[in-house]
Amino acid sequence: METSIDNNLITRSENILERVITSAKIRDAVKGIKRIKRSHRQIRAENVFRKTIVIVALLMVVLVLGIMLTLVLQSILSIKTTGLAYLWGKTWDPVQDIFGAYPFLLGTLLTSFLALFISIPFSFAVAIFLGEYYPKGWLPNLLKNTVELIAAVPSVIYGFWGLAVLVPIVRSLETKINVAPIGLGIFTSSLILAVMIIPYAASLGQSMIKMVPANLKEAAYSLGATRWEVIRSVILPYTKSGLFAGVLLSLGRALGETMAVTMVIGNTSLIPKSIFAPGNTMASVIANEFTEADHPVYLSALIELGLVLFLVTVVINMIGKRLTKKFTN
Amino acid sequence: MESTIVKAIDYNAYFGDNHVVKNVNIEIPRNSVVAVMGPSGCGKTTFLRGINRMHELIPGATAKGKILLNGEDVMEMHPIFVRLKIGMVFQRPNPFPNLSIYDNVIAGYKLNGIKLPKAEKDKIVELSLSRVALWNEVKDSLTKKGSFLSGGQQQRLCIARAVAMEPEVLLFDEPTSALDPISTSTVEELFHELKKNYTLIIVTHNMQQAARVSDKTAFFYLGELVEYDETKQMFTNPTDIRTQNYITGRFS
Amino acid sequence: MSVQVKYRIGKSVGFQVLTILLSVACVIPLIFILIYIIQAGITKINWHFLTNLPKPVGEIGGGIANALVGSMIVIGVASVIAIPVGILCGIYLSENKNSKLAYWSRLCVDILQGVPSIVIGIVAYFWLVKPLGGFSALSGSAALAVMMLPIIIRSTEETLLMLPDTLREAAYALGMPFHRVILKVIIPCGISGILSGVMLSVARIAGETAPLLFTAFGNNYMATNLTKPMETLPHVIFTYATSPYNEWKDLAWGASCMLLIFVLVLNIFTKFITRKWKVQL
Repeated sequence: METSIDNNLITRSENILERVITSAKIRDAVKGIKRIKRSHRQIRAENVFRKTIVIVALLMVVLVLGIMLTLVLQSILSIKTTGLAYLWGKTWDPVQDIFGAYPFLLGTLLTSFLALFISIPFSFAVAIFLGEYYPKGWLPNLLKNTVELIAAVPSVIYGFWGLAVLVPIVRSLETKINVAPIGLGIFTSSLILAVMIIPYAASLGQSMIKMVPANLKEAAYSLGATRWEVIRSVILPYTKSGLFAGVLLSLGRALGETMAVTMVIGNTSLIPKSIFAPGNTMASVIANEFTEADHPVYLSALIELGLVLFLVTVVINMIGKRLTKKFTN
Repeated sequence: MESTIVKAIDYNAYFGDNHVVKNVNIEIPRNSVVAVMGPSGCGKTTFLRGINRMHELIPGATAKGKILLNGEDVMEMHPIFVRLKIGMVFQRPNPFPNLSIYDNVIAGYKLNGIKLPKAEKDKIVELSLSRVALWNEVKDSLTKKGSFLSGGQQQRLCIARAVAMEPEVLLFDEPTSALDPISTSTVEELFHELKKNYTLIIVTHNMQQAARVSDKTAFFYLGELVEYDETKQMFTNPTDIRTQNYITGRFS
Repeated sequence: MSVQVKYRIGKSVGFQVLTILLSVACVIPLIFILIYIIQAGITKINWHFLTNLPKPVGEIGGGIANALVGSMIVIGVASVIAIPVGILCGIYLSENKNSKLAYWSRLCVDILQGVPSIVIGIVAYFWLVKPLGGFSALSGSAALAVMMLPIIIRSTEETLLMLPDTLREAAYALGMPFHRVILKVIIPCGISGILSGVMLSVARIAGETAPLLFTAFGNNYMATNLTKPMETLPHVIFTYATSPYNEWKDLAWGASCMLLIFVLVLNIFTKFITRKWKVQL
């Protein structure tokens, strides 16, 4: 095998040769040796490169397993002390060492599903608009890019804007319908979240709708169906699972969203009595209390929230990805 | 110098469990044009790609047997040495879209990191492009991208790219199947010129092309080398009934 | 035309109008936010604002120089970590489409993409902040790098998969070793897609706050030491926006405006560059 050629030997013989070269023939020989030596370097570099990318690909697996392991290990203390009661315990009182996550689970579910409920008509409208009615042209393109920009705005800016603009509006609304005019709370958070998650369901939805085979639609048209009837009885049933995947993607975003919610939800550990009441989500509790957690059980209880959040979002995202993949194949 | 340059001994190639080239033994004479023909799926392209070890780039592909280049077994050599000595031209012209015409010709040096003085590079580019009869057409637009050329010109550029490396053997995998008739005849004319300096092995499913351009012809059928002879002999008086059937068009 | 058909057509047109109205309505909050933030923030941005440190409560003026420098450092370090790793992983996934490792690696990248940013902050806290004995810019960068990875990996993988196999073959046939085929041919041909992934990932993390809360933490003073706490733009917005003082809120508006413009410009620039740098195949 060529790989066993001694490089030192080559270098030495090269040096000696170069000193005595007179004829072009020898010079050519040296060139040949140099070329072989270079090729050996190439082969070594090739092997290093191959190994590197394998290691990097492995690193992703290690990273995710590491994240999961860290969360589990750090929550063990809390799991041991509070047990399953953690999930339905109604009181969260770190001073007394009582950790019940129910208010935050409820807060998270309320904000996320309310946001989803508000955003779905809008994101589906965009999906149908771009996927069926106007798939081409500069105006739809502009709409598409603008909707994508909604996802680009940092969540802390949504939070700040919500605090400055939305909270006073909600407050005056609350005075009108005779609830405590706080402004901050579940409802305000849901409004902000609803805007933030529109693009996820919309962009997946429009690409799914674009994939509906033309002959299916034409079959329906040829039977005298109107556009709406084609959408309702051909497009929507055909893209059902894809649209659902988009909704799951939006939901995953809403569940994990931290900053915007933290800024407008009011941050209280009490169980919210209505959708206008202030509350807390799992993510916002972690954001607020993590650096203040002054004893191990408290910190561990917060990390257990993170673990729950992690598992829930992973499951939701996985189902969403599966559905998307199944649909595109 | 020995007259045989490439010699396959009991060469077998597989895709997974699929045995696509079966026990091929063949000797290719130096400075000749050898055509490899046969119906599609007969293993001719796989055999060709086995000679410079491109075959094994496909996941699951394996090969057994020997392929000797000047008496040295290429299966024992590192693929990159093999490919430096055996150039290849593909079915569809594939110039590097990110490189200029000039850089495409010396791509083998440039991309392999071999540094050459400017004068030498110019010489290689001019010589290689002249050998494929492209120099006069592109000498004023060397800095333009390769994709700016027509299909036939692109294919000649790809041949120039292979020639620039000064290989001993050039492999052609149906080099004209994506070209129009005029470009095809230009490329075919090149083969006569190129064989002065190189040995050419050309896979084609076009019998007329094999008859026109080659000195010797090999006929593959269902993975086997059925017949290998002087082209004239093969087309006028084939010994095997399968060759006869193929040539007379009794199966495609 | 029968009444029934008229009714059906009316319904169809009605639905179309509704779709258009709802679609346009989506854009309104965004435009509203953009205008509001820029109006509130643009007047606060001046040379003094960009070059000074924040002042204590009660004093007029002050700036966000520390957050600007901090954000640049934190994002820069995160990019240095994430870009090579992300591109290399994307290369592996596109070159070994069907291997077992690719399957698991791809699955993990999918998972990573969905992990809430606050969770990544927690993990970075245990991996870097605790072992290093304190909040540090480096831990913030690492957390952000983890968030960049899925975006870069995915866009690299998708871009490279779209390049024709003939390109790889052309390169291999010239005797090029694997790493040169990738680095000299494949990557340059897919550069526009890869770059757009990189830029989008930067735009995405530039505004991330949650993972920085307990990693880079924040710092009222100018800091350039990677092992010490560092202020960042999104974090300064968060702290000042939720503070009760108007002077600080003004700083937060200015900072929001800068961050927003940076992120939007990066997003729009990405679209532009993707088109301009595209290699014609």
